[in-house]
Amino acid sequence: MLRFVVRRLLLLVPILIGLSILVFVWIRALPGSPADSLLGERTTPELVREYNERFGLDDPVYVQYWRYVKTTAQFDFGVSIATHRYVTDEIRERFPATMELAFAAMLFATFLGIPLGFVAAKRYGGPVDHASLFASLIGVSIPVFFLAILLKYVFAVRLGWLPSVGRIDVESDVEHPTNFYILDAIITRDWATLKDVIRHLILPAIALGSIPLAIITRITRASVLDVQNEDYVRTARAKGLPPRIVDRRHILRNALLPISTIIGLQVGLLLSGAILTETVFAFPGMGSWLRDAIFNRDYPVLQGGILFLAFVFVIVNLLVDISYAIINPRIRYS
Amino acid sequence: MRGRRGLAALVAVLSTVCVLGTAGAATNTTFIYAGAADPTYLDPAIVSDGESFRIARQIFDTLVQLKPGTTKLQPGLAKSWRVSRNGKIWTFSLRRGVKFHDGTAFNSAAVCANFNRWYNWTGPFQDASASYYWRQIFAGFKRNEATGLSKSLYKSCRGIGRYVARITLNRRSGPFIPSLVLPAFAMQSPTAMAKYGANEGQLASGTFRPTGTYAFSHPTGTGPFKFTSWTVGQRVVLDRNNSYWGKRSAIARIIVRPISNNTARLQALQTGEVNGYDLVAPQDMPTIRNNSKLRLINRPPFNVAYVTINQAKPPMNNVLVRRAVAYGLDRTGVVNSFYAGRATVAHEFMPSVIPGYEPKVTKYSFNPERSKQLLRRAGLSLPVKIDFYWPTNVSRPYMPSPNLNAAAFKASLERSGFDVNLVSEPWRPDYVKHVNEGAGGHLNIIGWTGDYADADNFVGTFFQSNNPQFGLSGKGAHATIKKLLNQAEAMVNTAKRIKLYKQINKLLATYVPAVPYAHSRPGVGVERRVTGYKASPVGTESFYGVTVGGQ
Repeated sequence: MLRFVVRRLLLLVPILIGLSILVFVWIRALPGSPADSLLGERTTPELVREYNERFGLDDPVYVQYWRYVKTTAQFDFGVSIATHRYVTDEIRERFPATMELAFAAMLFATFLGIPLGFVAAKRYGGPVDHASLFASLIGVSIPVFFLAILLKYVFAVRLGWLPSVGRIDVESDVEHPTNFYILDAIITRDWATLKDVIRHLILPAIALGSIPLAIITRITRASVLDVQNEDYVRTARAKGLPPRIVDRRHILRNALLPISTIIGLQVGLLLSGAILTETVFAFPGMGSWLRDAIFNRDYPVLQGGILFLAFVFVIVNLLVDISYAIINPRIRYS
Repeated sequence: MRGRRGLAALVAVLSTVCVLGTAGAATNTTFIYAGAADPTYLDPAIVSDGESFRIARQIFDTLVQLKPGTTKLQPGLAKSWRVSRNGKIWTFSLRRGVKFHDGTAFNSAAVCANFNRWYNWTGPFQDASASYYWRQIFAGFKRNEATGLSKSLYKSCRGIGRYVARITLNRRSGPFIPSLVLPAFAMQSPTAMAKYGANEGQLASGTFRPTGTYAFSHPTGTGPFKFTSWTVGQRVVLDRNNSYWGKRSAIARIIVRPISNNTARLQALQTGEVNGYDLVAPQDMPTIRNNSKLRLINRPPFNVAYVTINQAKPPMNNVLVRRAVAYGLDRTGVVNSFYAGRATVAHEFMPSVIPGYEPKVTKYSFNPERSKQLLRRAGLSLPVKIDFYWPTNVSRPYMPSPNLNAAAFKASLERSGFDVNLVSEPWRPDYVKHVNEGAGGHLNIIGWTGDYADADNFVGTFFQSNNPQFGLSGKGAHATIKKLLNQAEAMVNTAKRIKLYKQINKLLATYVPAVPYAHSRPGVGVERRVTGYKASPVGTESFYGVTVGGQ
């Protein structure tokens, strides 16, 4: 197992190098430059020249890439062209928000998707199955930002049950040492803040989790349908085990294996979906930050932010691989 | 069965959290406002964006202020000012008994310390990203290091006693006093700036960045609100300055939160999560107007939308053709159809609130026949082929729907003897760059929002140089206009200056370097219980005087 983990971690190096090249080339392939984007109406050819000189954007591309690699290797992603803040500082402040949101969305998708898929499989061909299929199709096809606006309109504007923007009540003066608000609230046993943070998470998490929910529901359904026709399930039933035990111990546990893979892959979807969700909910995470950076052609933010998220994505998938062994002891890594 | 129970439990938990949390905790002496983004820095001297200025206007005072909601100058930290006979020495009589938020006194030494700070900036501080407005108004520094700088307008400052400051300029300047209303020239505590490293900065990865803590957590002014905290991406908190030199503010706390999405700002106002917000999108205005709990406040027009005519592209170098364009653009139709009643037809390149506006200029109402006559007089056979550029992916207060404007103008121009080829480009990064470099079409839609209430900020910006946007050459009528603009800029006698700008506006109307077509009124959305909010034409305002719920 340890060798497997070390090998996977070493594999990270070529992955990150390849990714850095891709990101670097992709950003520069976008039309326009930071100077054009940031100066707007007030731009003049002189100012553009001055900006390009200052950012080193008139250097050959390989010189720019080498400069980028050198600084990135020292964990220095540079300074945002738009906000003038250190990219590493911004990641430190914003990543916990996106992490909490993605975690909440995944929690919502998993805890609702697995039971729904399971029930749909058990009632195969029945109304529940058809309803889950219909709901999944809607979940996958409805654009995240549209669902987000709709949820806000109903639950925040019309019903007034939940807040429409932000991560916490704007009047709250509570300190957040780790920037993980839920964690901070639990550590300090500040239940009022915990409730407030959860209230702010509900709508964005539902909007962001809608697509993973639909996928998890469908995969669970398919997986359970497969597993429940296996010989060992038939044997378990034949020897008289109660259906509850068969479902939990023999069907669900084996059906979870492909689902855990899907959950790992959904992290990428959640991180990209966060760009829209965070914008609509004014949620101060990495998604809204990267969105602004794209509009501003903010090279340091895009290079640093995307590389960091890719790193997270790879690590999460490594954790998922490791979790296989826990879910299914038959699998061993050597 | 178990799955169903789990689902029911989840729903129950969510519902409980929702219901338990519905009670609001807002105090009615806090004013919560939504801007579109975080400020860049809290030191107003090194920023040039509206969101930074919005915060600065609460914390800092300027020597000269705008009367709330207007473009009229009024005393600020300076009770009065006068200029010497040669127009170069300005003497400011300062308000007494004013203290900065750190308890130090505001006096002539503080005024000179601020001016000398800007003038003596070196290295990274001379970069346009750090000192944009100083460079714009004062042109240069004591020792110019950056490119594109010239001799500084500012020469020296001297305190005469504690409450008189005398500022000497290297040349006469008309915009000097009007520009002092900019937060970039607000008075800051010299003690706090020294203590928290306000003059420490660097170019990191090519971007200016202060290295002291002043610009992030210690901005210290004399304004009605004191800085309390800034959580990036979430809020800036300001508390009432109980030692303010004027009447104490009715609101105890201001919270400004960044919400970049238009719909999100509107919904936050509808839910009561904010008491007001700026930059209301035109499509959201009816929603606010039709909500009995909300109110739309008009910002006086301080912008201009115009169609540039590029004289570097024949036949636009012929004034008859340019006049034909002016007659061929159905400006009234466009303003009436696409601005939801929130704009007036522009006849000049500056709004009427700015001194120097001339009501009696040549006006070009839509007249296709007159347009065709002029084209024939210019020796052209009809239709005259032209390229008309318009931007996509943009909405500005002066130009909410560029696509509709362009389509309507094409139709009216084609009735007037032109054959119009519409070309669209994304606003960022192509359109503005091409138009400003003169690489767009014969005609191009663009606009401008002013920074301070002076004609120089409008007509001076457009026509004082050989601006490629209009293909100007500095010859003929443009040479005369340039000369007059230079004279007006160097003039300090207000009455004479106004007269000169009126003359310039008349000349521009006959020279037709472009066709102005709209001055729009942007909107601020507030809860009906918010009173005393006076929207400033210059884009951001002080919340001093605002009350929430009659408190």
